[in-house]
Amino acid sequence: MDAQVRISVQEADFDLTAEYAALRHGEQIGAIVSFCGLVRGWDGGVAMRLEHYPGMTERALLQIAHQAQARWPLTGITIIHRVGELHPGAQIVLVLTASAHRRAAYQANEFIMDYLKTEAPFWKQEVDATGGHWVDARETDQRARQRWEAEYDG
Amino acid sequence: MKTLELRYFARLRDALGCQAERVDVPADIDTPRQLIAWLRQRGGAWDSELSGQRPFRVAINQDMSQLDDPIPPGAEVAIFPPVTGG
Repeated sequence: MDAQVRISVQEADFDLTAEYAALRHGEQIGAIVSFCGLVRGWDGGVAMRLEHYPGMTERALLQIAHQAQARWPLTGITIIHRVGELHPGAQIVLVLTASAHRRAAYQANEFIMDYLKTEAPFWKQEVDATGGHWVDARETDQRARQRWEAEYDG
Repeated sequence: MKTLELRYFARLRDALGCQAERVDVPADIDTPRQLIAWLRQRGGAWDSELSGQRPFRVAINQDMSQLDDPIPPGAEVAIFPPVTGG
């Protein structure tokens, strides 16, 4: 079954309830898993600036959604990522996965986030009173993604 | 010679002081590895930032690529730091 896929990279905030309602239709869905990422505050933190690569970012997110679809029987996928200047506590990313079964929805959701963090061209800059500071990529995010490759090979 | 559209993002763009440029490169530059070596000849930040001491990624026509992938003529080649979204 082809999943309903919605990808959006936007400055505007998103509405979990509306996005959930958009995926919840038909009688074949048994589970919808939602993940909301928020901007975590830090000492002296004023804002987080999110940059992306227009065109490629949307493409990369679509490819990730297609990979998830190939691995799990999903009826719907929504990926929304915000860009621009966001303040601590703000919503930054939303991933919804719908499936007939809970396990597929849970696993696909985590897979999408792990790939998004290592494959989709977004860059974070932390802003404090002294200016902007680019955030370095984390090794733990790489390992989280590689875990799925190992499972696939095995 | 062949023409390439180069794009730089995030920390790398700031360090290089360049967001985008159209360049004519020698015809025998076929891969990101060769392109990087060519850009490093500019010296300064180009040499230090692209030396490999700090990791970077390359995309060809908006697909993540490896250093030895072929670059088609007229391609858009982007160079950027490892991604940090989510």
